[in-house]
Amino acid sequence: MTQVKARSAPQAASAQAGDTLVEIRNLEKHFPLSGDFLEQLRFKGGRLVRRQEFVHAINGVDIDVRRGESLCVVGESGCGKSTVARMVMGLLRPSGGEIRYDGERIDHLSPRQLLPYRRRMQMIFQNPYASLNPRMTIQQTLEEPLRFHHPDWKTPQVRDKVAEVMDSVGIDPEWGKRFGHEFSGGQRQRIAIARALAVDPEFIVADEPISALDVSIQAQVLNLLMDAQETHHLTYLFITHDLAVVEHFGTRVVVMYLGRVCEVAETHTLFSTPRHPYTQALLSAIPRLEDDRPDYIRLEGEVPTPVNLPSGCVFHGRCPHANDRCRREVPELIAAEGTRVACHGVEEGRL
Amino acid sequence: MTTTTQASPVPSRWARFRDSYLVYSFKRDLVAQVCLATFVAMVLAAVLAPWLAPMNPYDLAQIDIMASELPPFWIDGSDPTYVLGTDAQGRDLLSTILYGARVSLIIGFGAVILQAMLGVTFGLLAGYLGGRVDAFLMRLADIQLSFSTLMVAIIVGAVIKASFGGAIYSEYAVIILVLIIGLAEWPQYARTVRASVLAERSKEYVDAARVMGFRAKRIMFRHILPNTLSPIFVISTVQIANAIISEAALSFLGLGMPETQPSLGSLIKSGFDYLQSGSWWITLIPGAVLVVLVLVINLLGDWLRDVMNPRLYKG
Repeated sequence: MTQVKARSAPQAASAQAGDTLVEIRNLEKHFPLSGDFLEQLRFKGGRLVRRQEFVHAINGVDIDVRRGESLCVVGESGCGKSTVARMVMGLLRPSGGEIRYDGERIDHLSPRQLLPYRRRMQMIFQNPYASLNPRMTIQQTLEEPLRFHHPDWKTPQVRDKVAEVMDSVGIDPEWGKRFGHEFSGGQRQRIAIARALAVDPEFIVADEPISALDVSIQAQVLNLLMDAQETHHLTYLFITHDLAVVEHFGTRVVVMYLGRVCEVAETHTLFSTPRHPYTQALLSAIPRLEDDRPDYIRLEGEVPTPVNLPSGCVFHGRCPHANDRCRREVPELIAAEGTRVACHGVEEGRL
Repeated sequence: MTTTTQASPVPSRWARFRDSYLVYSFKRDLVAQVCLATFVAMVLAAVLAPWLAPMNPYDLAQIDIMASELPPFWIDGSDPTYVLGTDAQGRDLLSTILYGARVSLIIGFGAVILQAMLGVTFGLLAGYLGGRVDAFLMRLADIQLSFSTLMVAIIVGAVIKASFGGAIYSEYAVIILVLIIGLAEWPQYARTVRASVLAERSKEYVDAARVMGFRAKRIMFRHILPNTLSPIFVISTVQIANAIISEAALSFLGLGMPETQPSLGSLIKSGFDYLQSGSWWITLIPGAVLVVLVLVINLLGDWLRDVMNPRLYKG
């Protein structure tokens, strides 16, 4: 039961590839760091100066999510993966750039205008211990979205639908009268998945949905997500930092570093031939049994602060191949042998 | 995976309550039991005053001025009809205290309900919407808190009394007192609720509700409010005691309930003039009732705060 299913490669590849469902263009998000107006005033050289500081969480991110795929976004803590997910879902407003869903721009819509999209895109959260309302029974939690989005449905219809989704995630519909805290972490996450599936979405953003779970439960939930994808024809934007999960789950991978995309590639391409120096370092950190792998690439220093971004390539301070151009010029995502890489070294053929 | 939870049947709401930590701790706390029993007894006695009281102090026909200032039964010269003696107007003190406790409790609960409605709404708005709404409402609360409740109440009461006259003031005294005390103390609720809302808002179930497309009103009242009920419950007990004390203080100062329909506070005040002439019971017996009433409410509130404190017990 706990074994992860192998993703059948032809099925994943044939899922109507090419058609873009979500298009993220040049997305930016800054969080103000310096408080309100009065706190921004500083006394400098005998004059009052207004100084504003920002955390540059996302700095120009381009991502395409194709219909039917599981796009995994990986990167270390603080690289902005979750921020991207929250902006796609409209929980945060972007500071710049565009998000298009099925061709329509959605990033500037009001909550009321977003309502039709709420049924089409749903989210699964990281912490199943916080994502269920502790004062509501499971039945209430699952019924509320249905009654809200289908005001014309009668009670028996709502009940049937709730029983159906509970059944589909492996939760006994008899347990509906219980509260969230009476369940284990894995069961809660199943319920959270059921809540997302209840409104029949086509696109699901999963923000580290298995990181808070016990290792023995992770595989079950992962399998559940893959089954749901097959039966409901879902598209996933899957945020994670677990590369083993990416290898099994993802059809394509986006690697992020300090609010920028380093590399986008098909999963097997990325894992067999990583191009970006950061991706190479990241993959070399996976413990392997084989001995013929290249040695672990040790990165010097720390991730720079997102308050004062480094000039040029965000990775240049830790990159063993950085040259003057990397320090000056911000690299664009360029196509390179089946992948897209933001690296001057790859563009120049040095790497 | 599924065997453990499947075996036990789903408990009913009553069974859940019976097995809760609240009931468990209540069964083991003698002070809480005595306080609750006293409180319930006093509330019942006050509510059932028209049936329990030997006479109706609002009915002038039943009052015998010749029987004024009679002492309670254990002192020589008492009249067995008046168990706790009579006041200066010849009203039976026991009946007047029962009716007075009723007035005090009505004002206490009424004022707290008003405070809670205002404070919870403002607290939810400030905490959930944040930004300018938050800044505006909280500065308003700060300004309100910088005046003492009693001072605001005295000024407003005096202005109303002066502009509409004593007769109208007496007629609507209960409503006016509820409004004054209710409006003066909402920031207590607003601040408590805002603090809990800020903690709840960052939890993922609120994000989940937003992702579902629910409107702010629904998220605030249906999702966040039920999770902030414990602190609201705890301050409510303290606030009821406070409101009763405030009403008694205002009545004592002559801005509360009129002599004709006395609350505990105005009863204490009316007996105050006779304290030196030996009729101490007119002041001291209602005073003792007031002290016991406020004390049991406060002790219950203390107990609730201990039980519901998530740092002591995580539920």
